Amino acid sequence: MSGFDLTGLSASFGGERVIGPLSMNVEEGDRVGLVGRSGAGKSTLISLIHQQVGRDSSLVPQDLGLVSALPVFHNVFMGQLDAHSTWYNTLTLIRPFRRDASSVRGLLKELSMPEKIWVPTASLSGGQRQRVAIARAVFRQSPLLLADEPVSALDGPMAHLIMKLLRDRFNTSVIALHDVELALQYCTRIIGIQDGQIALDEPSKRLNPADITPLY
Amino acid sequence: MFSSPTVRTSFIFLAIAIAGLAFADIAITAANPWKDLGRFFLGVVTPDFFSSEGVATALLRTVAFAFVGVALGSICGFLLSLVYRNVVVRTFCAFIRAIHELFWALIFLQFFGFHPLTGVLAIAIPYSGIFAKVYSEILDETDPTPGRLLPPGTGVVSAFLYTRIPDCWVQLRTYTAYRLECGLRSSAILGFVGLPTLGFYLESAFSQGHYSEAGAMLILFYVLIATMPLWVKPRLLPVYIVGAPFFLGDGLPIVWGNVARFFSEDIVPSPIRNGEGISGLLPWLNDVMVTEALPGIWNTVVLTQIALVATGIIALLAFPLISTHFGGPVRRTGGHVFLVIARSTPEYILAYILLQLWGPSMLPAIVALALHNGGIIGHLIGRQTSTIRLRPDAATGINRYTYELVPRVYRSFLAFLFYRWEIIMRETAILGILGIYTLGFYVDSAIQNIQFDRAMVLIIITALLNIGVDILGRYIRRKLALQTMPTC
Repeated sequence: MSGFDLTGLSASFGGERVIGPLSMNVEEGDRVGLVGRSGAGKSTLISLIHQQVGRDSSLVPQDLGLVSALPVFHNVFMGQLDAHSTWYNTLTLIRPFRRDASSVRGLLKELSMPEKIWVPTASLSGGQRQRVAIARAVFRQSPLLLADEPVSALDGPMAHLIMKLLRDRFNTSVIALHDVELALQYCTRIIGIQDGQIALDEPSKRLNPADITPLY
Repeated sequence: MFSSPTVRTSFIFLAIAIAGLAFADIAITAANPWKDLGRFFLGVVTPDFFSSEGVATALLRTVAFAFVGVALGSICGFLLSLVYRNVVVRTFCAFIRAIHELFWALIFLQFFGFHPLTGVLAIAIPYSGIFAKVYSEILDETDPTPGRLLPPGTGVVSAFLYTRIPDCWVQLRTYTAYRLECGLRSSAILGFVGLPTLGFYLESAFSQGHYSEAGAMLILFYVLIATMPLWVKPRLLPVYIVGAPFFLGDGLPIVWGNVARFFSEDIVPSPIRNGEGISGLLPWLNDVMVTEALPGIWNTVVLTQIALVATGIIALLAFPLISTHFGGPVRRTGGHVFLVIARSTPEYILAYILLQLWGPSMLPAIVALALHNGGIIGHLIGRQTSTIRLRPDAATGINRYTYELVPRVYRSFLAFLFYRWEIIMRETAILGILGIYTLGFYVDSAIQNIQFDRAMVLIIITALLNIGVDILGRYIRRKLALQTMPTC
């Protein structure tokens, strides 16, 4: 079960409502592209959904939430801390097991950064850090992905590579994107947010970029 | 200028200190102070490293007590920091760190005697309280997001080890290393109450007028602290920690009967011990308050306020010595040497030396506290000014100091100063053991007269006074919106 049906989503900052109240129903298999002007409330909506569906979803927040002092390997491995005992995790912190290292390296290869596996995350570039956060989310192997601008720091070909990977690895997803082309290409359904409300909700097949422009 | 709250606060404290000077006893009573000072400096420049084998033993014991005490303190402090949110733990930690190492040593001496445990616990207990507070502050600073992103069902320990510790590991390590340096100083002064560390040998060298031997010990102590980055290596730490307990010396065996008697009889207020009951307790407490506590509190507060302002003045005068905005490399190196000596010498040893030379009064204590604490703050502020980039055509000389630098660093200067307020008061109380009439003097005399019940009351009063100043200092820092990390 990776879809969700939420009602009464709303959030306020300093007494001013930034989103909602709105309802959102996502079926299993839906790949939702969340589009809208910056400040429209996309990030807030993503974190609201995350709070509601619980931590069974993989989240890629905009600020990534990496532990900068740890190497790439451990940041990715963190996605599966629940799968092992405390002793196993503690030993891994000191000296990772070969099995885990090779599975993480395999994943990093798909993100074309296998050579960075033992580099501390703090010394990576913005785009590389973003890919580490994506690797962690993928490594977690949960069926639902919630991602907030996951490819904002990546160049064109790399952004396509990542979007393809996310499409293959997650059954259901909600991804906030400012790049309308990417959203149309990789998502099955587009939800447009304007002034904290849903202003558009259509299958992407029926849309072209011009239909989305009014939102911006 | 007076419209600025920081300036107003500064002048209020300055006025209090000047008023305090009117009440303080700051006479030089020695017959020949300058001649003695000259002989002391002659001793320092003609150090005698081979006068006795005592010097090597003193240093070895000093290092051993520091390592065991700080290691124990950091482990206990770390465990306490995990439950620091609990108000009982918080209060307990505030209380144990408000009592100075020397007071703890004086307490343990009464029932453990000259056993190594006395020295180890005297360092470990107050350090646990300090470590608990600072570790918990450092842990609270870590980014909470990674923890929120973990899969549900992740164990508490795994989550802690992966998302909290790595993020603040460097800070934890830096702070612990800094505390180890403090531990060396604490360990050295424990010798003044008879434990086999540097202070013991220093005191005996001084009392016999062997200034060259004393000079050698001081120089070796500076070298020991200055070279810490070279010999304290992460890989060697386990060796030191495992090895240190074997170098504490044997001391004297613990007489467990004394331990039992201390708790069941010695520290019980005498009216209760003598069966006078509660009715006898009030006059007794009243007597302690009027004859010992109140004069002690008054002198402690007066001396603290004067020393605090003197510390500030020294720090403001000293920071240009190491700032890259003034002078050339030669002068800066000289400034560094001066500040390293000022901050590496425990204020207790400085006060002891000055007291020997100038005779008993508040003056040696004020100078010692101001030099030591001013050296620390001056060093931190000087380093901070070196990171400031001035415009190329900025004023030079005194105008650069007054217009460009002081206004920029004044807030952090005040933050450091108020942070050290409580530390200065704790030290002030303890300097009483040297014969200045602060609370430590009355504690020490009560112990000499075998009135441990009075001593305990006075120590608790001292602790409460420290906690009070700590709260006041934090209130002022918050009011003026001054922030620091606990690295000083």
